[in-house]
Amino acid sequence: MDTTIFIDTTLCTACRGCQVACKQWHDLPAEKTVNRGTYQNPADLSFNTYKLVRMSEQMVDGKLHWLFFPDQCRHCLEPPCRDTADDARAIFTDDATGAVIYTANTRNLDAAEVIESCPYDVPRRSADGTLAKCDLCYDRVQNGLAPACVKVCGTGAMNFGARKDMLSLAEKRLKTVQAKFPNAALLDPGDVRVIYLVAHDPGLYHKNAVAAVRSPVHMTRKMALRQMLRPFNRKAVRFPV
Amino acid sequence: MTNHWIDIKNSDCILVMGSNAAENHPISFKYVNEAMAHGATLISVDPRFTRTSARADIYAPLRSGTDIAFLGGMIKYILDNDLYHAEYVADYTNASFIVGKAYKFKNGLFAGYDAKKRKYDKSRWAFAKDGTGVPQMDRSLKHKRSVFQLMKKHYRRYNIKLVSQITGTPEADLRKIYKTYAATGKRGKAATIMYAMGWTQHTTGVQNIRAMAIIQLLLGNMGVAGGGVNALRGESNVQGSTDHCLLWHIWPGYLATPSTKWPKLQDYLKRRPQSKDPLSANWWQNEPKYMVSILKSLFGDNASAANDFGYDWVPKVDAGTHYSWLDLFDEMYKGTFKGFFAWGQNPACSGANAGKNRKAFEKLDWMVNVNLFGNETGSFWKAPGVDPAKIKTEVFMLPAAVSVEKEGSITNSGRWMQWRYQGPKPMGDSRPDGDIIMELGHKIIELYKKEGGTFTQPLTNLKWDYLTAGQYDPHKVAKQINGYFLKDVTLKGKTYRKGSLVPSFAFLQADGSTSSGNWLYCNSYTEKGNMAARRSHKDAVNGIGLYPQFAWCWPVNRRIIYNRASVDVTGQPWDHKDWVIRFVGEAKAGKYVSKKWIGDVPDGGWYPLRNPDGSARADAKHPFIMRPHGHAQIFGPGRADGPLPEHYEPLECPVERNFMNPQYINPTAPVYKADTDAFATCDPRFPYVATTYRVVEHWQTGVMTRPQSWLMEAQPQVFVEMSEQLAKLRGIKNGQRVKVSSARGALEATAIVTKRLQPFRISGTTVHQVGIPWHFGWRWPQSGAEESANLLTPAVGDPNTRIPETKAFMVNVTRT
Repeated sequence: MDTTIFIDTTLCTACRGCQVACKQWHDLPAEKTVNRGTYQNPADLSFNTYKLVRMSEQMVDGKLHWLFFPDQCRHCLEPPCRDTADDARAIFTDDATGAVIYTANTRNLDAAEVIESCPYDVPRRSADGTLAKCDLCYDRVQNGLAPACVKVCGTGAMNFGARKDMLSLAEKRLKTVQAKFPNAALLDPGDVRVIYLVAHDPGLYHKNAVAAVRSPVHMTRKMALRQMLRPFNRKAVRFPV
Repeated sequence: MTNHWIDIKNSDCILVMGSNAAENHPISFKYVNEAMAHGATLISVDPRFTRTSARADIYAPLRSGTDIAFLGGMIKYILDNDLYHAEYVADYTNASFIVGKAYKFKNGLFAGYDAKKRKYDKSRWAFAKDGTGVPQMDRSLKHKRSVFQLMKKHYRRYNIKLVSQITGTPEADLRKIYKTYAATGKRGKAATIMYAMGWTQHTTGVQNIRAMAIIQLLLGNMGVAGGGVNALRGESNVQGSTDHCLLWHIWPGYLATPSTKWPKLQDYLKRRPQSKDPLSANWWQNEPKYMVSILKSLFGDNASAANDFGYDWVPKVDAGTHYSWLDLFDEMYKGTFKGFFAWGQNPACSGANAGKNRKAFEKLDWMVNVNLFGNETGSFWKAPGVDPAKIKTEVFMLPAAVSVEKEGSITNSGRWMQWRYQGPKPMGDSRPDGDIIMELGHKIIELYKKEGGTFTQPLTNLKWDYLTAGQYDPHKVAKQINGYFLKDVTLKGKTYRKGSLVPSFAFLQADGSTSSGNWLYCNSYTEKGNMAARRSHKDAVNGIGLYPQFAWCWPVNRRIIYNRASVDVTGQPWDHKDWVIRFVGEAKAGKYVSKKWIGDVPDGGWYPLRNPDGSARADAKHPFIMRPHGHAQIFGPGRADGPLPEHYEPLECPVERNFMNPQYINPTAPVYKADTDAFATCDPRFPYVATTYRVVEHWQTGVMTRPQSWLMEAQPQVFVEMSEQLAKLRGIKNGQRVKVSSARGALEATAIVTKRLQPFRISGTTVHQVGIPWHFGWRWPQSGAEESANLLTPAVGDPNTRIPETKAFMVNVTRT
């Protein structure tokens, strides 16, 4: 099934059920954290944290907004990390779900190069160089279950299903939300399998909310070609484009 | 909740005030979001901008402890602008009642105040009655001593400027919120309030909720879909435990606890007011049936008419003595009693002025700590600064099974009783609470039987037959709560066999022929089966999300209580789209000739008050059937601190006087006087307002969540939230450890410096407020540095409930 997650941040209360459910399903250890003067914790994604609710206090038109952004791998339709790795034993796209999967063989890759290639700054490396990130719970999905983060979400912010259904849900919600927030947008909907709906300028949520222009040091011919064909430097687009 | 969780989706306007639902009732936002998708407006009023505020259409700050000023201003706004639901107010509330001439309100005090006793003579607030004892009424609401006119006069002082001066809420925000909320006074519109401890934990806690109830009644929002006054309970089964006698002053089903005021059963049974109004159902007149049935459930065959059904065997509270949490710990601190069961609680961290509680434990001979895990209460003898060699208290730990390890029911905030099954078996030696209680009870009874003692009958006469194969059987208890016929009983031509389950409380009897452990739950486990175990997803005919065959709801599966106020006097719904009930009896020549209601279970199945042609019916009842006179109480003459809510400052506050009236604090608030009960109001040593709260990542004192590494990762430490302005003033940087202190104690916390808190302008001066979560305690995390915020909070309470004022007190914040 061609699957997609649709994250409606306008319904998110930052309860972080998704963040914890992700750790539970993947049996990932907690990080030792301290309160750094914010609710957001851990500070960033890591080898043991695939999903992180980012929280940001922003003034928009003189009004305070507390913006929540459940950050994770976008599972690009044409993943630059996969193309950078160019090794299907390390990084591949799961045909059954569309999930971009990292294996233990990622430790043989040039980790910095793979991380650098990600337009959303998602993959993280362990001490031995193995890379990790969200796997779309493809084991759950292949067994007919929703990803853990979607299953646990109580507010309707996290949605999962066939790509065409999610695109149409995203479009419908965008229209509704735009009535209240004219600058609302879907983030890179044509390029990724994890589509966000945001109410404000995506940069206010997180610097990598939309695809950044990255300048890979090493670029394969295949990648260069893709970059030419599918530039990732577009601004947030309103769907449908 | 008068309504229930799913019903929030039917609302047109949701006010979250005195709670932070997005954090502490996260699933409620499924329904808040649904309501908003249909165009509802979400309003968040809170001293700080919370995760709830983040989703709100309108956010406004208010200083902790000034809710009545805020709400009183809304009452005035509704009345000044004629935005109330006129028919509803005149026909269904006591706005039309005439108050007796002895009532007055002057200088912040109601008539009848005794300054020495700090108590009111409530008889001064009584209604003027006609010769038969029915209150005099003026449905035109014009009589100058009608409740309506007295209310108007009372709230005349609550103008927006003064309200803003007290609350610190900007005037423009007040206007916007009043206008938005009051717009639901229109027929077919509904607004709801979601509140929790932010309203209850004040010296004016009960009157906070009374003020909101008045607003809901003025707007016609009680009994309707998407309306109601909705208390969001803080634990999954708090509603259930309250229904079944969690509090000292009420027995199961909200029967009064027997007292020396009523030494004999007959005294108890005749204490309820009677009504001579043929249109008043006065449902509590049935109380004798419920009281006798509960005594029969306690003592079985040992209870008979000849021995007052064992009334002499049940404990009586001493009239005038309080036995609330604050009183118990005050007495424990004085050394009045020697033993203590801390069952499923952690008073070393959860109680106001927790340091006093910790000291009080030292006075005990023994403590039994029944809990899932060891906690700060059971470990008080080895707490930092305590020398175990000097503690005489012997502590026993009984490990209890967690909810998923046992079978039974929970009753959620929406009054839904849901049966749950055992998942994993209890670990190690841990046991379900039921088993622990049963074994303990049987052992004590055995000892009394063997060794005798003073007044053994209360125990030896108990009918305790809840074991199956030596184990506690939750089904036997649930059936006893519902109740049995104890002999063959013929009612309305139908015979019910001895030993069969009673179909509903309408069948309970005062002659000892029935038993019921809780009349409100009679109908939950019947000959048709365990109603709470039902799981049908079929909605009712009105399609408003009642799901009447999913679980079971008290009373008699009525999902929205007071629902007979959701229809006009002819039984037709105010709201034709989201209607709750509807009268569909047959009408001939303008008169109803047959009786039928559809939709939710109506609050009494009588005919509507009037026929379609407008003529009054003699066989109808007023809709608020639990009140003696059938009308909802805008004027509440039964409360300890007055019949109308009035603004008083919290016991500890930042202002030198009450700007609303010359009476500074609630004149009836109970204050405790142990040496640890220090208070500091308007004191330069403690210049900042503080409040406590919970966060979504932790639960209560954190006994279940602090050992959980993923939750500790997300929320690892005690923090204190403060404005950028206050941080600058105190030279505090974001993320820095600081000391927070009050007149009672101090703790360390990490500063969260944020725009989400802003200083208040209170009567021209700047007032800062801070907030602290109370989930922590020294036992975990291992650092021992994260302590309970209740070391700071005052043991002072509401005069009606004696709930502590932990939501508004004064502190200082300094760099460590």
